[in-house]
Amino acid sequence: MTQTVSRPAGAHQVPLPLDVEAIRADFPILGRTVRDGKRLVYLDSGATSQKPRSVLDAERWFYENVNAAPHRGAHQLAEEATAAYEAARATIGAFLGAPDNEIVFTRNSTESINLVAYALSNAATAKEPEFRRYAVGQGDEIVVTEMEHHANLLPWQQLCERTGATLRWLGLTDDGRLDLSDLDTVVNERTKLVAVTQQSNILGTINPLDGIIARAREVGALVLVDGAQSVPHQKVDVTELGADFLVFSGHKMLGPTGVGVLWGRYDVLDALPPFLTGGSMIEVVRMEGSTFMPPPQRFEAGVPMSAQVIGLAAAADYLTALGMDRVQQHEEVLTGYALEQLQAIPGVTVIGPPDTVARGGAISFTVDGIHPHDVGQVLDDLGIAVRVGHHCAWPVVRRYGVPATTRATFYVHTGYDDVDALVEGVREAQRFFGVAPGVTEGGTN
Amino acid sequence: MQLQSMYQDIILDHYRNPHGRGLRDPFEAEVHHVNPTCGDEVTMRVHLDGDTIADVSYEGQGCSISQASVSAMYDLVIGKSVTEALGTGEHFMTLMQSKGDAAVAETLEDELEDAIAFAGVSKYPARVKCALMSWMALKDASARALSTTTGAN
Repeated sequence: MTQTVSRPAGAHQVPLPLDVEAIRADFPILGRTVRDGKRLVYLDSGATSQKPRSVLDAERWFYENVNAAPHRGAHQLAEEATAAYEAARATIGAFLGAPDNEIVFTRNSTESINLVAYALSNAATAKEPEFRRYAVGQGDEIVVTEMEHHANLLPWQQLCERTGATLRWLGLTDDGRLDLSDLDTVVNERTKLVAVTQQSNILGTINPLDGIIARAREVGALVLVDGAQSVPHQKVDVTELGADFLVFSGHKMLGPTGVGVLWGRYDVLDALPPFLTGGSMIEVVRMEGSTFMPPPQRFEAGVPMSAQVIGLAAAADYLTALGMDRVQQHEEVLTGYALEQLQAIPGVTVIGPPDTVARGGAISFTVDGIHPHDVGQVLDDLGIAVRVGHHCAWPVVRRYGVPATTRATFYVHTGYDDVDALVEGVREAQRFFGVAPGVTEGGTN
Repeated sequence: MQLQSMYQDIILDHYRNPHGRGLRDPFEAEVHHVNPTCGDEVTMRVHLDGDTIADVSYEGQGCSISQASVSAMYDLVIGKSVTEALGTGEHFMTLMQSKGDAAVAETLEDELEDAIAFAGVSKYPARVKCALMSWMALKDASARALSTTTGAN
């Protein structure tokens, strides 16, 4: 593909680790046009990713060939559906370096986090003594950070309001990193759980989890890692991570909507009461009371989202075939290039780490004199899809004193041409709104 | 480029040089409205003289559409009765729901004055709420102001 935009001298393009043209051919939606015939430049994978044909085919295969409710019935389809569902669990386990029985399928990261938060408050009133081990109550503390997505903040705020526990948080530095200067006081012997994101969805920051997890271990606190923005973009092995829980969503990692994952250390999961109750999570049911299955079934009430789970396994296979290390390298090269190009535009300010050190591919920025919605509208008119707003991380934009940002996120099908289109689009927005550098509008000074 | 249909010069003029901006006394009601999906905000005060809107003062932050809309609204409602102003608001709502239908815009042109320029916004569902925020705030604030003044009598 020919590049049609000019580039400032000094900009360099090293070969990308992934074959972008070949990958794009796997994504049917990238073949469509938007806004009167323009090529779709999709830079919103951080909100939801596009799906390769193999994921769509896997869902179709399930419905056309083996559709039945897993873990119920003795007919052949039920057997095959159960086998396919459990094979998908094994695929996701292998993707994370975890045994199958530590993988719980949920609706998305949000539900995974709520599952843990409700299990911790349910523990306080559980009739089974073995489920009370991690009960949260008055005098206990839950620790989050100021850079969390609302999905990893509100469930903990609510848990504290339900139980009388106290919510504490680690703040942020001016350059978009966690302020760990008070880690040892914020995480203390009263801390029951630390919930922290591995990659910020708005700043792009990759957090130094080792030190946080080590401190949590010292005080005996559980650790939940929000991997919604990390698992799709970097190799995450739970045996190296050292946390107790990891959550992520299928739809942000090339998989279907409606399926997410909670990974939990088996001994911790086994000591938690259920969140949702109903069919298929039970052992014995009597009118007087019931007992529950061991994990992971204890946390999968109701007929599961089988086709989506099969689709998610196909997504994991697709990423594994590309190689997660190469996926990360690919995005790192693009991120470095985009940061350099965007920050070369007068009036553009990146909110978050300014270089690729411990940084993922979410780039939030502001443009002087143009509200992010208006930047996004101009980009949209050029066929470029970005996210605008507070990105479900309102405390972060408040912390940095901006009402909102424009955010571009990259993935396996992103190429230099996409970044060039973004950079040119930002310049076009500056021209359109009369704030282009060196341009005085309407003769005013 | 279709952008010009949304960003009419009138809109950009209101955005750059907003009419009536700033919070002023006296007022009978103050409201704070936000657009939770994007974080746009407006704080609005309404001052009534009887049932006539004597002043609408506001501060806010947000995109050009939301900020231009409150400025154009200011011009439209000062000196009107609350009932008339809210009627105009209903017509603005009709315009915003017109999905770019020129026939709808034509019938509302005289009444909506500068605000007719927002017709282009109606083609962009994600931005309609930006244009409507100030009118929702006005509806809320004038209802509160009326109940305050009625209560005082």
